[in-house]
Amino acid sequence: MMFLEQVIAILWKDIRYELRSKQMWMGMGLFALLVLVVFNFAFDLRVDNKAAVAPGALWVAFVFASMLGLGRTIAAEREKGSMDRLLLCPVDRKAIYLAKLLGNMLFIGVVEIVALPIFAVLFNVPLFFGTLLPIVLLGTLGIAAVGTLFSAMAAATRARELLLPILVFPLIVPVVIAAVRATGTLLVPVANEPPWLGLIVAFDVIFLSASMLTFEYVVEE
Amino acid sequence: MALMGANGVGKTTLLRILACLTSPSSGSARIGGWDIERDAQRVRRLVGFVAHQPYLYDELTAEENLLFFGKMYAVKDARERTGQLLLRVGLEKRAGERVSVLSRGQVQRLSLARALLHAPRLLLLDEPDTGLDEEGHELVEQVLAEHSVGGGAVLFTTHQLERALQLADHLVMLSKGRIVVQEKTAGLELERMRQEYQEVLR
Repeated sequence: MMFLEQVIAILWKDIRYELRSKQMWMGMGLFALLVLVVFNFAFDLRVDNKAAVAPGALWVAFVFASMLGLGRTIAAEREKGSMDRLLLCPVDRKAIYLAKLLGNMLFIGVVEIVALPIFAVLFNVPLFFGTLLPIVLLGTLGIAAVGTLFSAMAAATRARELLLPILVFPLIVPVVIAAVRATGTLLVPVANEPPWLGLIVAFDVIFLSASMLTFEYVVEE
Repeated sequence: MALMGANGVGKTTLLRILACLTSPSSGSARIGGWDIERDAQRVRRLVGFVAHQPYLYDELTAEENLLFFGKMYAVKDARERTGQLLLRVGLEKRAGERVSVLSRGQVQRLSLARALLHAPRLLLLDEPDTGLDEEGHELVEQVLAEHSVGGGAVLFTTHQLERALQLADHLVMLSKGRIVVQEKTAGLELERMRQEYQEVLR
């Protein structure tokens, strides 16, 4: 019970903090929209190749925007006195990780909700929210699970903006590939496709468990 | 207990180790019978720490900061305790203002309130007078006295020998990471200690 209360308290503090500073939402949202617009102009979107290009463009936009936001919740914690503010308290480090993960998912999720209808209009693809939602949710969880851990690691370094994508991109490749293929299957159903959603779930479980267990060693001096 | 020594001698590191923020490279310490490494979470409940950094959130108000840390320390009646402490440190009229607009001295007072929030048994203060006016100095004195009377222990660092002799029962001087002077302050001559301190600083 105490664990949950502390997770909610940290999450609520981060949301309040971000609503007041408004740094992350604006940057992430604009960046995702720019990527979608650029891809829309860059590719020749005929009917036959649309299904092949659109899912990739969508997930590249999500991943790039996530990279901007992922560092923020931990970086904000590192400002003025590092993470010591939280580490000083008798809080389970897993609670800190979980709160930061939920915060990152929420911030990325808001950007995704804004970007999805624009994606549908720009790429002229039908949006099946019901079936797309689990793919977006689980894909985002995979990205955020790895990103939260590595943003804590990178936040302690000077070159954190450079280091974070270098560390995170290779690890989230399986999730992104599975998410792109699962989204593509929604647009053009293909017979005998591997269970992409199941693969994302498997990666999420692995990433989440490993990150939860190692977060303490990443943040403690 | 007052802790003195030249800059870089390890005073802050010692306090950080006792606050379970830094792991010791060797040796061990116990607070309230709990080992600072093995039982870190229990030790954290017993310790209140005022450092050079205020360990507060700029974009939250003074009251929100204390309420947040109240939840982190699982303080019962956190709202009531927050009100009491804001009054105690003279910030009751600034409760609704963000930390970013408070002066250095007010932030230091709020930092003191944060450290006292969970009624710690050991108070660690790293140069607590920094940024405080005369009234603030008196507040620190009163808080230290109240804490001692309540059965709590205080370990603070300072560069002012007079202040150390005035506030502490014991005086410890560090040099190159080691204790070189350890005395009870009762009956100590200021001039002799000043000479010893000069030796320690060399």
